[in-house]
Amino acid sequence: MTRKQIILGAYFPGVNHDTVWSDPASGSHIDFASFAHWARTAERGKLDLLFLAEGLRLRDRGGEIFDQDVVGRPDTFTVLASLAAVTSHIGLAGTINSTYNEPYELARKFATLDLLSGGRAAWNVVTSSDADTGENFRRGGFLGHHQRYSRAGETLEVVRRLWDSWGSDAIVADKESAQFLRDGDVGEFAFSGEQFDVSGRFTTPRSPQGHPVILQAGESPAGRDFAAAHSDAIFSRYQRFDEAKTFYDDVKARVAKAGRNPDEVKILPSAAVVLGDTLAEARERHAEIHHRQVDPWTAIVLAEMVWNRDLSHLDPDGPVPDLDPTPDAPKWIRGRAPLTQDAHATAAAWRELGREQNLSLREVVKHVFDRAVFVGTPETVADEIDRYVRDGATDGFIVGSHVSPSGLDEFVDEVVPRLVDRGVFRSEYTGATLRDNLGLAPPSRFGERRPIDSSVAS
Amino acid sequence: MSTSDSLHLAVALSDAGWHPAAWREAGARPAQLSTAGYWADLAATAERGLLDLLTIEDGFGLQSHDHLAEPDRRTDQVRGRLDAHLVAALLAPLTSRIGLVPTVTTTHTEPFHTANALATLDHDSLGRAGWRVQVSVRADEARHLGRRTLPGVRREHLDTPETVRLVAELFDEAADAVEVARRLWDSWEDDAEIRDDATNRFVDRDKLHHVDFTGPQFSVRGPAITPRPPQGHPLVAVLAHREVPYRLAARSADVVFVTPHDADGVRSVIGEVRAAEAAVGRGNADARSAGAPLGEPLRILADLVVLLDQTRAAAQERLARLDARAPLRSDAAILATTPSDLADLLLEWQQAGLDGFRLRPAVLPDDLETITDALVPELQRRGAFRTAYDETTLRGRFGLSRPANRYVTAGSTA
Repeated sequence: MTRKQIILGAYFPGVNHDTVWSDPASGSHIDFASFAHWARTAERGKLDLLFLAEGLRLRDRGGEIFDQDVVGRPDTFTVLASLAAVTSHIGLAGTINSTYNEPYELARKFATLDLLSGGRAAWNVVTSSDADTGENFRRGGFLGHHQRYSRAGETLEVVRRLWDSWGSDAIVADKESAQFLRDGDVGEFAFSGEQFDVSGRFTTPRSPQGHPVILQAGESPAGRDFAAAHSDAIFSRYQRFDEAKTFYDDVKARVAKAGRNPDEVKILPSAAVVLGDTLAEARERHAEIHHRQVDPWTAIVLAEMVWNRDLSHLDPDGPVPDLDPTPDAPKWIRGRAPLTQDAHATAAAWRELGREQNLSLREVVKHVFDRAVFVGTPETVADEIDRYVRDGATDGFIVGSHVSPSGLDEFVDEVVPRLVDRGVFRSEYTGATLRDNLGLAPPSRFGERRPIDSSVAS
Repeated sequence: MSTSDSLHLAVALSDAGWHPAAWREAGARPAQLSTAGYWADLAATAERGLLDLLTIEDGFGLQSHDHLAEPDRRTDQVRGRLDAHLVAALLAPLTSRIGLVPTVTTTHTEPFHTANALATLDHDSLGRAGWRVQVSVRADEARHLGRRTLPGVRREHLDTPETVRLVAELFDEAADAVEVARRLWDSWEDDAEIRDDATNRFVDRDKLHHVDFTGPQFSVRGPAITPRPPQGHPLVAVLAHREVPYRLAARSADVVFVTPHDADGVRSVIGEVRAAEAAVGRGNADARSAGAPLGEPLRILADLVVLLDQTRAAAQERLARLDARAPLRSDAAILATTPSDLADLLLEWQQAGLDGFRLRPAVLPDDLETITDALVPELQRRGAFRTAYDETTLRGRFGLSRPANRYVTAGSTA
């Protein structure tokens, strides 16, 4: 019997403490050559997709730009379009905010990326959680939690209408009969809702996938429901087997409740991988990397993310502080996604962990932020990835490492072939589009024009 | 042939060409206008011709018989297009020398996104990015975004007070968008990334700067997300026909595309551009220290729609045949002639004071291929055009310096 196929994506090492820029192998995070190397490596391994995160402002701490981690990144759409030129099969997924972009532009850019890449575009839809991000945009300010999802929902609805406003047969281009378009009203759309009142005619023809693949990363119950109802795949941070399986079961149930087939939504946690020739060597290497990722100062700053106050007077090798978090104070650290919904509960859990296991603040932080789920030999890591998928904890992973751009090389050269040998991962691309490769059905009404409806849809 | 002597030749890429009947020509590829292969082939042809740069047309509304008008319902002409900036990004790794200048509107976009996107295009192309700044006056385009209502502009009402005021506002917003972009491009000093192990700092935060721009349409705090691009600032270009856009070019651009119709027109348009430069204090040291204008004079390129053939009669016959299907109207002069005659005219107009031309091929790929395979060799024979690319950056090709960073002070470089 054919084994369930694993989905594998690759993330570019991020703008955060996980990326060890002081590693001698660490290259540029800006030069296109770094992105091209990473993309070609992933495509050599026949991975499903490349994944880029987002940043809409530089991070700061106590009003000063945070200078310790990697800072800066190129524009996501631009890099993905350039990568379309140097790759031919791999998916191109960009994290793009629905709060600080307008649906018309989003629809154009993703349709263009899908057309230029021959059907490989994917959009990780996120909302902005940082009020101060508005400082860089026309909208200014920010939206409350409910409004953010309302805007995200309407954004997706408008964008999908725009993508559907051109049929796949809209362009005839018959030189003899002088007919370029099938219909003179191609691209017509209208939408009126709480957030948007837009109408007119869309400029960009229907793309190969019809709808680029939609990814989401909802964590709150509302976010999970939203993702279950609207996405093709869900990016998660739940990496340990038990929590991954709990998340998987929960979201798949929500997908079913939303009236969809659970197979229509793929769950893809991120996973850092550290390899060694022996288990002991891999563990030692991981310990070294992780020790550098969470250096004493990083431990303080990550604690500050939870406490929302200046903790620079603390000793990172001392205990977790008894101080109360001040979640309602002005934000001490800006430009980062929040680590917790409940600062008091998280602080209490850290204290308890410290007491129970006699760990210092830094050791607690290291424990909490240990993102490398897969530490081992290529053989044991392949076993583990296989087990997660076989036992229903995930549909696959978005993998990466602590160093750009060569951090993916070992995984592709050593682990991927072992997954292929097990019959759980492709040895050649078979699909024409990202949707095909992910095993996703074409979007509903594919190739057909949807009726124009100017009333509120959702 | 040194940079300063060579005529500058740009090509303007649009759909199947600038003639509305171009898509029906035998060599046209109307079913492939939205594919990577089509644009890659055009860029390769332009680069083979050693052209300075290519521009890519764009707009938030569908093409129309009149660019000010609402979209029509015709089915017999090319409609639909790609995001020009992303087409340029695709072309960056596929080309190595030619400048890549997409059209990006300032009316409906976020200046912060635009600045980072163009900086990234410059990184991806190793210093070959430009920006053709465009404003959108169309009411239908405003409705697409739903963020503000614009009444639109009718060609016959261009001089009414309402239209004059609206156009002035949109162009002021464009100037603000370019100003924000230039500040954001400077918001990282070139050596801001230090990777200093000893002090555990990736950047020197003293070399990152808030831009703190506040204007009527937007405010932007900065710094940019993307580090300073290789050129410092990508090349900024504006197409201008009248005083208000001349003023935008003078305040904000490095290159202006103009539309004279004869040699006298060339002289008068150059006079108007230089007058606009003087009016905004461009190059004036006092004015520069007060803020906006740039130091170097605008590079002036004339737009020409070109349809080329082996004889003048053949060219004109081809134009007549195309016009019979759909008449070509243009803001720029239309020349249906031979490569040799066109070379004569380019050199005559250059003598009148132009730095070069932006050629709009009537039919793609046909007229672009003729530019590369016949016009360029003709100009080279006359010693008027480069025989190899020399400068590696687009600014360098125009003899423009890499801009000094406005935030670098004597103290911070020491």
